[in-house]
Amino acid sequence: MIAEALFFSAVLFIIGVVGVLIRRNAIIIFMCVELMLTAVNLSFIALARLHGSATGQVFVLFVMTVAAAEAAVGLAIVISIFRHHKSVDLRNINLLKG
Amino acid sequence: MNTLVYTFHFYLFGLIAIASALAFVTRKSAVAAALWLVNTMFCLSALFVMLDAQFVAAVQVLVYAGAIMVVFLFVVMLLNLGEASEVTDIRSLGGKLTAGFVGLLMLAELFSLSRLKFPRLMGAMTDHANVVNPVSAPLFHEFLLPFEVTSVVLLVAVIGAVVLAKRGPKAQ
Repeated sequence: MIAEALFFSAVLFIIGVVGVLIRRNAIIIFMCVELMLTAVNLSFIALARLHGSATGQVFVLFVMTVAAAEAAVGLAIVISIFRHHKSVDLRNINLLKG
Repeated sequence: MNTLVYTFHFYLFGLIAIASALAFVTRKSAVAAALWLVNTMFCLSALFVMLDAQFVAAVQVLVYAGAIMVVFLFVVMLLNLGEASEVTDIRSLGGKLTAGFVGLLMLAELFSLSRLKFPRLMGAMTDHANVVNPVSAPLFHEFLLPFEVTSVVLLVAVIGAVVLAKRGPKAQ
């Protein structure tokens, strides 16, 4: 089951990466990042099971905490961008583009 | 014991998770996308249970499907982005080509990695009566410092979110 779990994890991560690359809605891109983080969590759990210890699961808790912090800060940035541009389309957010 | 049932459900939940993730990436409406992502999170937590991580599965449902996705939906509704107003927000040909190329590259890496042979399982965590202790014991002994740092990260994130989302004095 470990190989299958790692396979599912990799496929979900790839779907997240492709979502970040093809979407323009900033909120959906944030959700894709969350999907990538969860896919990595699945890898952690599978390898912890392979190793027979629960230490890998501790890292999953850390990853979840960081994901929650990232969601809070990212969505606050999205809200303040929306106040400025009246849109969350990434085409309008190009201040740093050279 | 029920190895066939176990394998069947493992593949079932894994394939539902992947199908929901694909639906999530392709939905136009942000609300529909978020709900498909919640479905993915539920299937992943089922996989966690099957991999002997019951506590993390419960936390996955509570934190991801419960808290984080509710925050996302709340922001979607706060900004009134519920209906897909534009025709589509999928990027044009260049973005799609880049995404396809990256996807193919990572799939190739996946298949080269899938030739690896994994060692046999090193002893199962068979104590199903006590699922919290194996997680919490290293958390509060071995990883106490990272645990405390994580709480500081959460504090900084909360303060940062409030500062960023607050209206400035000029905007009143």
